[in-house]
Amino acid sequence: MHWLQQLTNGLALGSIYALIALGYTMVYGVLRFINFAHSDVLMLGAFSAFYLAPKMEAIFGPQSAIGALVIIVLAAAICAAIGILIELLAYRPLRKRPKLTVLITAIGVSLFIEFTCQHGAVFGAATKPFPKLLPTRELHFAGIEMASNDLLVLVLTAVLLVAMWFIVQRTKMGMAIRAVSFNEQAASLMGVNVNRVISFTFGLGSALAAVAGIFYAMRAPGIEPLMGVQPGIRAFIAAVLGGIGNLPGAALGGLLLGVLETVAGGIPGVSNYRDGIAFAILILILIFRPAGLLGKAMIEKV
Amino acid sequence: MMHIGAKRSLLTAILIAVVVSLFSAHFNRYYRDVAIDVAINIILAVSLNLILGHTGQFSLGHAGFMAVGGYIAAKITLVFGVTAVAWAQPLIFLGALLVGGIVAALAGLAVGVPSLRLRGDYLAIVTLGFGEIIRVIFQTSETFGAATGLVAIPKWTTLGWGFGIAAITVYVVGCLVNSTYGRGFIAVHDDEIAAGAMGINPVRYKVTAFVIGAFFAGVAGGLYAHQKTTLSPGGFDFMKSIDIVVMVILGGMGNTAGVIAAAVILTVVQEPLRALGPLRMVVFALIIIVLMMLRPQGLFSFGKKKGASA
Repeated sequence: MHWLQQLTNGLALGSIYALIALGYTMVYGVLRFINFAHSDVLMLGAFSAFYLAPKMEAIFGPQSAIGALVIIVLAAAICAAIGILIELLAYRPLRKRPKLTVLITAIGVSLFIEFTCQHGAVFGAATKPFPKLLPTRELHFAGIEMASNDLLVLVLTAVLLVAMWFIVQRTKMGMAIRAVSFNEQAASLMGVNVNRVISFTFGLGSALAAVAGIFYAMRAPGIEPLMGVQPGIRAFIAAVLGGIGNLPGAALGGLLLGVLETVAGGIPGVSNYRDGIAFAILILILIFRPAGLLGKAMIEKV
Repeated sequence: MMHIGAKRSLLTAILIAVVVSLFSAHFNRYYRDVAIDVAINIILAVSLNLILGHTGQFSLGHAGFMAVGGYIAAKITLVFGVTAVAWAQPLIFLGALLVGGIVAALAGLAVGVPSLRLRGDYLAIVTLGFGEIIRVIFQTSETFGAATGLVAIPKWTTLGWGFGIAAITVYVVGCLVNSTYGRGFIAVHDDEIAAGAMGINPVRYKVTAFVIGAFFAGVAGGLYAHQKTTLSPGGFDFMKSIDIVVMVILGGMGNTAGVIAAAVILTVVQEPLRALGPLRMVVFALIIIVLMMLRPQGLFSFGKKKGASA
């Protein structure tokens, strides 16, 4: 059952990609641009958990479930605030400007966060070991081995996806998000507070990125200020794969990419080029189905 | 508008560069190296300006094209050049630079054709990924020295070669953009849809800009290889691309004179900035953000047309 093992590993990795991809795709949906700083918000989420962990351990005891939950919620809240702040300071003043300007600014913001955090006075460039938030156990089921953390990631991702679906499809704010995404001007004429909707979107996406960052850190050997770049790029590709701006697409794309990467990593000869696989997928999808798997081709109106 | 004396100024510039180069042994070694770096960065910045400034396509892979040109040129020199007789060496150098540039241009074509049919955001990511893939290929390839890279490349890049080719780059890009054909680049930059309606094929213009830009980046890579005498994959990472992007943004996208000025200034202040360590990149990032907010037309563009900011 070797391939089944690969599949479960891939799904665990893919669900992390899916969580990050949701943030990209939601921001793209309302603002039509790629928030390059998203991958750095993910890193900040992991670092928030890193600094919160000892304090929570003092209150709740080591590796307690409630402590881990509090850490995740707090880190998500911190990152939501950071995400809203980034939009407010860097992107909002440029909203009516040409897209290239906003794109370059987003890269600037991303570099600014990365290199500020690399400075010795902030986090420092060295890799830090990530604390164990939860007791880990190897679970055996039908010949498949699975770390309890990976199972938790899968379950939690599923829960968060359903929650996202609920927020976007069943709440008033979700309706406003869909309206802004469909036509910002018309939405604003109908009394939707566009600025608030955009802030909310950034906050929600960044909170998801924080959760993903913590899970990613649990699997990684350690955390450092550039840790967000690789999963960030993968998640962006996942969002394009599923159809950018499309929420189920982002989830599907993330899972698919995680599985493909893990499976390819297990094939001898291909594994050297594992890093290139995601980009190869991106180029293929751009050639054959630029709207993504679940996206609808949009006709650009003049 | 390119004035009538453009060809004459080009020849004068090359002549001066070559003549000055004859006396280069008398210059301080350090200043000479900085001057050659200036020339290489002018080529890089002006060629990226064609892609980013004139045509409005955001490429984060310029260092990747540079790496392709540099590695190919260095390999050719190492195989054929080192044992060749003295009079043949400049010819081999020229050939190596050209082949490096052509291979880089082919790489530009390979990247550009799938991604340029789409919006700019995708292009940024694809070019970023391309740069990484190039690095991985050179890092794993035994022919190109794997992780150690290529060493003992002859130091053939002189002031004459550097500034001569820089002058040619400025001339070619200038003539191209200011020709009837080249108006298409600016049209694509200003409004792709309107340009398309006027019978201009935006994809073809974008790919053309990409291929020509990649060619000169490849040539610059060749000069770089024969200036530093060693090449390692780490030297062509994402940050190198960002350095070039900052030159173009600082000088003003689409403003050739401004971009040259920015390339000169940033290269010269590079050494004092190195003392800042990682803070150097923080400063660069802040420059990008602040310029985009306050002066998207760059530091050296005055009273230009409205579209200059796009």
